Amino acid sequence: MSECTCGGHANDIRVDALIPMIGVVTDIRTETPDVKTFRVVGRDGKKLFEHMPGQCAMVSVLGVGEAMFSITSSPTNKEYQEFSIKRCGTLTDYLHGMNVGDEITVRGPYGNAFPVETALKKQNLLFIAGGIGLAPLRSVINYVLDNRDNYGTVDILYGSRSADDLVQLKEIQEVWMKTPGVNVYLTIDREQEGWDGHVGFVPSYLKEIGFDTNKTVLVCGPPIMIKFVLAGLMELGFNKTQVYTTLELRMKCGIGKCGRCNIGSKYVCKDGPVFRCDEIDELPPEY
Amino acid sequence: MYQIAKNKLNDLYQAISEKEDLFLPVSKGGQTNYGLWTNEAVADIDTLKTVKSGKDCFFPQSEVLYKSRHENGKISIDPTELQNKPFVVFGMRACDVRAVKVLDNVFLTDPVDSYYAARREHGTIVSLACHEPEETCFCKNFDVDAAEPGADVETWMVGESLYWKALTEKGESLTALVKEALADSFAEAGAEGEKKVEKEQAAVRGIIEKLPLSHLDLSRFKPENTMELFDSPAWEDMYKPCLACGTCTFVCPTCQCYDIRDFDGGKAGIRHYRCWDSCMYSDFTMMAHGNMRTSQLQRFRQRFMHKLVYYPANNDGMYSCVGCGRCVSKCPSSLNIVKVIKKLGGEGNE
Amino acid sequence: MQGLIERAKELLADGTVAQVLGWRKGDMGYDPEPAYFKSEEELKDFVYDAFCGANLSKYMIEAAKLEGKTLVFLKPCDTYSFNQLIKEHRVDRDKTYIIGVGCQGTLKPEKIREAGIKGIETVTIDGDTLKFDTIYGAKEMPFADALLERCKVCKGKKHMVYDELIGAAEDEEAGPVGNRFEEVEKLEAMSPEERFAFWQEQLSKCIRCNACRNVCPACSCRKCVFDSNQYDTSQKANAATFEEQMFHIIRAFHVAGRCTDCGECSRVCPQGIPLHLLNRKFIKDIDSFYGEYQAGADTDSRGPLTNFTFEDVEPSIVQTRGGGH
Repeated sequence: MSECTCGGHANDIRVDALIPMIGVVTDIRTETPDVKTFRVVGRDGKKLFEHMPGQCAMVSVLGVGEAMFSITSSPTNKEYQEFSIKRCGTLTDYLHGMNVGDEITVRGPYGNAFPVETALKKQNLLFIAGGIGLAPLRSVINYVLDNRDNYGTVDILYGSRSADDLVQLKEIQEVWMKTPGVNVYLTIDREQEGWDGHVGFVPSYLKEIGFDTNKTVLVCGPPIMIKFVLAGLMELGFNKTQVYTTLELRMKCGIGKCGRCNIGSKYVCKDGPVFRCDEIDELPPEY
Repeated sequence: MYQIAKNKLNDLYQAISEKEDLFLPVSKGGQTNYGLWTNEAVADIDTLKTVKSGKDCFFPQSEVLYKSRHENGKISIDPTELQNKPFVVFGMRACDVRAVKVLDNVFLTDPVDSYYAARREHGTIVSLACHEPEETCFCKNFDVDAAEPGADVETWMVGESLYWKALTEKGESLTALVKEALADSFAEAGAEGEKKVEKEQAAVRGIIEKLPLSHLDLSRFKPENTMELFDSPAWEDMYKPCLACGTCTFVCPTCQCYDIRDFDGGKAGIRHYRCWDSCMYSDFTMMAHGNMRTSQLQRFRQRFMHKLVYYPANNDGMYSCVGCGRCVSKCPSSLNIVKVIKKLGGEGNE
Repeated sequence: MQGLIERAKELLADGTVAQVLGWRKGDMGYDPEPAYFKSEEELKDFVYDAFCGANLSKYMIEAAKLEGKTLVFLKPCDTYSFNQLIKEHRVDRDKTYIIGVGCQGTLKPEKIREAGIKGIETVTIDGDTLKFDTIYGAKEMPFADALLERCKVCKGKKHMVYDELIGAAEDEEAGPVGNRFEEVEKLEAMSPEERFAFWQEQLSKCIRCNACRNVCPACSCRKCVFDSNQYDTSQKANAATFEEQMFHIIRAFHVAGRCTDCGECSRVCPQGIPLHLLNRKFIKDIDSFYGEYQAGADTDSRGPLTNFTFEDVEPSIVQTRGGGH
């Protein structure tokens, strides 16, 4: 990450890290009733910056607001960045009303990344996601699939409230499920017409499957799901040092200075968002 | 070392301000705060503590980062020009000079805050040693020496003279500028002057030794005690009178949390500005889907844990309190960091 | 003061109240803080003297949510605020036990500093004199010189609401001292330009700390419009030069007719802005337009701005414009 990440971009007029770049929305996919995936490039049609899986960026609609979103596309994608965004407030309402060709501003990438080039290398990987929590993990999954030889087995356990709330379903079915050595387990919370897959919460499905502990686990989802998934993993004999997750707190600057996303002495925007679960245990419980 | 008569200080201000903007304690509406020196301004360097510290000079309460327009679906962004002219901040006390170092550790570490960095680069700080410290001062606990305030130039007011000593290259060039403009009234202080300053320093250090808050025990504020301090039942008792206002954070010379907001000026475009924020405010950590510090107890605890535990954990043990005592005299409910230190700091506070 | 502590102990012991809301002594002799006491042991730090300026009535909004009754000590002018909070259904009278305490005026520590007294080690109130041991030697100043502005024009020593009185002044029936509208009259006598310059100078010192709002017993909205992220009103700093004026003027409008003139806004302002003058201007105008009215003097009368009579200054705009039937 030492090389310049702005790529000498034509639109890069930043005198400071807090000044954003202009991005153009080139594609919008409706994933679920309340999640859309936005594809963004610079005005010159090129990728805005390079990033690593798990990193985030500040996306803004000028005059409406700015917020941190995880980058859901993989760094191996050389053409654009993608953000899967759930509608849950003023800014996201606005984003959901945008059209292809509209401009937004983006600054980043911020934060650390999943250790794809270090701790995760050669490991068997188990991805566990709930709802929109798939967004940051999708970046890692595609990175791993694009560098398949560097990693061991890949298991993906993904659940959501209903079949309509599964994001990236097309990619899951057409790419991930068809990749050799990748097992995908889908589940939804309640029975639904037309769904013949598994029904039940992610933590209980996890225990049903009963994964071998020879894996490194990456978890992302609602806090309550993470809590029960962790308990489930401990029951299966996993150690907290084998589990990574991402945290999300209110952020303004993204560079560890504005002072609001700290958990103890760690800033989620700078020292996170990716934490190993044993590290989180050493922090005050304010997340 | 140089000296200038107290009654010639206006000439000094005049001389500096002819070349560079000069910010110094100015009395306005009955209170003393840092302000730009003009012929009409009432300079007041006798007041020990300005209401707000001099941090505004480097990190203003509100500043526009960039302006933008959004027309016909196209965005244009116009960043604010960085500080590019030299300026002088005169009269900073030792505690406030230390506070600038505390801010440096935040804003000058990677990624550097360009707005702050440009002001630091172009600003020359002339410090002023304290003469009669107050009971609310507790800088000694943080190894701040009120008699040796440091910065680019340090000065002492002894009797009817101000003694002036340059410490850095920037300080030397300011000294040269002043010397050229003032000629004889800004003269070498000589050995006699040095002696007077030394005597003044000894006297001030003697006073500080005797101040009621000069000997606090901070020994328990260590990163390894984070959880123990965080979980202390004492917070429950301490936070109760807190009004959740931002007085302590806004008068504090080291509080550096900020918010970034938009102001839609209609045809004039949108101003994206940064302003001081307070961890005491209920919306500080509010997100679209929740808030991890919902109670005033949590917010109160955050402020003091940050100053005494979290900041030191990230900065080689340096506390982000400098003992200026502004919160001691300004809190509407008489709460302050000293009360927290006495309660949680260590057995030496009994 | 000992009498207050003894009575508090009794009321805790016999179960009348579950906690006591009073003031706890500080480190300097002039910095007591509002505090809760739950036991005899904790009450040893209780203090009540002229430095206990904080009006505890607003704390009762939260205290009333606690288990059991709360004993609260209220000075005469604090009782107006409490009554007003009862009127606005913000506090629960049934969960409050009020001891009305006598008051000889409350002090502003800043005034002591302004008098050049520093390095204070101890403070003693000796009749009309404040005596100090300081590291710069013994010092003294007249008690009256350190009074808060509000106390120089005291509304009177009578408590508007209480369960019992302890140490109340013998001249409790004595009326107000001084003319509290004197400063307002001076402002009214100014030309608009002078007046604008006065407020510009004062309000430009504002640092938007919200202390005035947060301490104000009349500012009891659960969510203030100035904190709402949905509007541009939630600015924490001045995005435009007129911003701070707007904040204070809107606030003054919102508390008009409800402000009891307790003076807490000016007591807490770190920049010494005489905010009470805005409120007093409203009080003065309300008095002249709608008849003398003191917010918080009772709990059941209708406030002048929420009431209608044909004697009102503008009984019906609609009718005078010819639209009424």
